[in-house]
Amino acid sequence: MKYLIIILSTILVNNVIFSQFLGICPFLGTSKKTSTALGMGAAVIFVLTLATLVTWLVNQYLLIPLGLDKFMQTIAFILIIAALVQMVEIILKKISPSLYTALGVFLPLITTNCAVLGVSLTVVTKEFNYGGVAHMLSLGESVVYAVGIALGFALALVIFAGIREHIDLMEPPKGMKGTPIALITAGILALAFMGFTGIV
Amino acid sequence: MLVALFVITAISGGLLGLVYGMTKDTIAEVDAKKNAQAIADVLGTDENTRLDTATVGDLFYNLAYDANDNLIGAAIKTYSNSGFNGRIELMVGILADGTINAISVLSQSETPGLGANMVQPKFKDQFNGKNPASYNLSVKKDGGDVDAITAATISSRAFTGAVKLACDSFEANKAKFMKGGQNNE
Amino acid sequence: MSNLKTFTKGLIKENPILVLLLGCCPTLATTTSAINGMSMGLATTFVLIMSNLVISLLKNFIPDKVRIPCFIVVIASFVTIVQLVMQAYVPDIYETLGLFIPLIVVNCIVLGRAEAFASKNPVWPSILDGAGMGLGFTLALTVLGCIRELLGSGSIFGLRLLPETANILVFILPPGAFICLGFLIAIVNQFKKESH
Repeated sequence: MKYLIIILSTILVNNVIFSQFLGICPFLGTSKKTSTALGMGAAVIFVLTLATLVTWLVNQYLLIPLGLDKFMQTIAFILIIAALVQMVEIILKKISPSLYTALGVFLPLITTNCAVLGVSLTVVTKEFNYGGVAHMLSLGESVVYAVGIALGFALALVIFAGIREHIDLMEPPKGMKGTPIALITAGILALAFMGFTGIV
Repeated sequence: MLVALFVITAISGGLLGLVYGMTKDTIAEVDAKKNAQAIADVLGTDENTRLDTATVGDLFYNLAYDANDNLIGAAIKTYSNSGFNGRIELMVGILADGTINAISVLSQSETPGLGANMVQPKFKDQFNGKNPASYNLSVKKDGGDVDAITAATISSRAFTGAVKLACDSFEANKAKFMKGGQNNE
Repeated sequence: MSNLKTFTKGLIKENPILVLLLGCCPTLATTTSAINGMSMGLATTFVLIMSNLVISLLKNFIPDKVRIPCFIVVIASFVTIVQLVMQAYVPDIYETLGLFIPLIVVNCIVLGRAEAFASKNPVWPSILDGAGMGLGFTLALTVLGCIRELLGSGSIFGLRLLPETANILVFILPPGAFICLGFLIAIVNQFKKESH
């Protein structure tokens, strides 16, 4: 039940794009076509979950015991994420070339996707209130939180790409072409997502 | 190649440790000051008041005593989990006779312009000087005396609930805090 | 390119947000008021100048293959310094900006300038480039913050200009961020096309 609440709240209520503003660059950059959006969404689900798992463990069992968590967190986490993305790329190339061709081009972009660093920093610094009492997230809750955030990202991206494919067929005023009309569409989508506020 | 990366990381690690050492005390000071300020704000005390702390159930009490060790009041950290957007945390200042002195909002994530207006004096200061013995701590819609925030009944209910939680807890436990120095065994 | 041009190109012609569309996350998230937008912009500017300076100094020592991780370490160090200093001396602003201070690390502008400019140019132009880009970023954030604060809360830098009844709440909520930035870029685009 607790995990269900975490998933629902991260996908719909606190959607990473529409209410937390993380990962906007890839959201605008890879949403021109639905197929690209699906690829990026899948890659983010994969990396975000893995990165949160590893950074949580490193923080808990390395940084905190050494007393480094107050000032080395950002450096350590971003290096871990960068290394992880590289490793995933190499491993994927070896074991599953077909998956690599599908996700490969998106992987390098993920290092600078602020959702990844944002989520791994959030779960180790912020108290959450799932199940009545405010507490730091456990490993299981952190991973579920990361999965929910990533699913929310993928959902937002795919919906948005679907709409953008239709916008491409329209003829907006010339100043509005491209990014401006996309941003305004995203604004209207964000309004729609606000309707989920208060459901969990 | 990796040596270069290692050297750079080691140097920045050392540098950051240095900066952390320099700012650590100021950060701790700021936090302590903020806490003292929050207590002073809701109880009207000054920095010379003797303070004590206690935990009652899941509420955190900051107790203020005068020069004769008589209880002036308690600044109680209270909460509600039924806000529109989740948890709300308040500091409620209650005087020794049970009267609410003032309330400050410690954290909330209600909708800006609606529920978030709970931080405005117009809403939160209506509790000041009210005694729960003669003042019904629930919103008017539910038959109480509290004016809800326009279009934000859920937030107002949660806020009022948190205040009531603190008042009830204080009423039930105040006897053992009346005289200072006795409860810190 | 003259030094002056290195500095001014970031302000308007290659403005990181309005023209290059880099660093959108903090732009949308922290511009609920003019002061928040400006603080975020200045924090980023500091990191940009310092990381450009250091990377330009170190460019001959850093092996090409590990240059990106090295850049990231340098940037992350300055970000952490900003974070600690803000936490100690301007705790209120630090709390409002929250997560977006450490996230300067992954702001595309900072790494982008390190890679595209500082790693290839001498120290002085790199500093100017960082300052120009940073101030361009700050300018865009402050303008967006002013617009959103004026429409959403009726004030600019906390100074009330419109009565409370004129507040259009949606502009300080997430949807307003997207819509405002969309219109701002549309205006810049329109202007750019006409001037050609």
